[in-house]
Amino acid sequence: MSQERLIEIETGILSQNDAHAARNRARLAELGAYAVNLVSSPGSGKTTLLCATIRAMQAAPNAGPVAVIEGDQQTTNDADRIRATGAPAVQVNTGKGCHLDGHMVGHAMEHLGLAPDSTLFIENVGNLVCPAAFDLGEDAKVAILSVTEGEDKPLKYPDMFTASRLALLNKTDLAPHCDVDLDLYEANLRRVNPVIEVIRVSARTGEGLDRWIAWLRGEAAAKRIRMAAE
Amino acid sequence: MHEMALCEGIRRVVDQAANRPDVTRVTRVRLEIGQFAGVEKAALSFAWEVVMRGSKAEGADLVMIDLPGKALCYDCMEEVEIPERLSPCPRCGGGKLLPQGGDEMQIKDMEVL
Repeated sequence: MSQERLIEIETGILSQNDAHAARNRARLAELGAYAVNLVSSPGSGKTTLLCATIRAMQAAPNAGPVAVIEGDQQTTNDADRIRATGAPAVQVNTGKGCHLDGHMVGHAMEHLGLAPDSTLFIENVGNLVCPAAFDLGEDAKVAILSVTEGEDKPLKYPDMFTASRLALLNKTDLAPHCDVDLDLYEANLRRVNPVIEVIRVSARTGEGLDRWIAWLRGEAAAKRIRMAAE
Repeated sequence: MHEMALCEGIRRVVDQAANRPDVTRVTRVRLEIGQFAGVEKAALSFAWEVVMRGSKAEGADLVMIDLPGKALCYDCMEEVEIPERLSPCPRCGGGKLLPQGGDEMQIKDMEVL
């Protein structure tokens, strides 16, 4: 009879995902591309905001290339909407899956044929829980929270807002009709993440899009400077 | 959240570590799970039995070791242990805390025959 013995493992449960994410991150660095992972509840207005963002970026004089990876359980509706702006988009259908993972995003990046110096938007599956745990190789997670969702959303789903560097408080044009306190949204965001940045936006009126795009450009420029220094 | 996907991740690591001629069976796997890792332990145990079927770890015990949730309090600037994600700072009562660990999901070791 053989004896029971111990094998040390000390490996992260998500180590395989993290290895894929590291490969994606290296590929993005080679291309000088900057990637954001957009996370939110379903219905926060991610795709509409993304279309408005891309149009505004394209209208700027120094517009660089933009590309999109769309994650949804089913349908190609969102990628179709993005392509209507002229930006290349790849749809990833996760089937039963509740989040994008590093492997899916790696494949999607290959299909996209990402141009150097691109801004890559990865629109995650609408879900405030699971995508927080899965690194995709992005430079930053950006949470989108719409004013119709309730001021306590960050307290109910703290992990996603803790993992995000920036929160976009979307649909501000609806705020006067919803009896909501936008300052309370911000206070609750900072309660779960004292260092999160917040920008109020409306995809419908265009409010705040300039600040959001300036944030993206600033982050991408800072990444290039960091990489040049290395 | 996605305990089935986590279990599939565990299975990949365990299969790999057990893929050697001197291991016939895995009898116990120990995980370290942080307080803020968002893992529902009952769901993970349930998924464990299903996902490990047909592997050397079928029927193995799953042991989950809890790691405390730590956070930096932005009011008193101390690192403190907190029992829940939204608990106030035990030192100063402040409410703005940024987690500094406690999101661990690690396979520590396994016992084999």
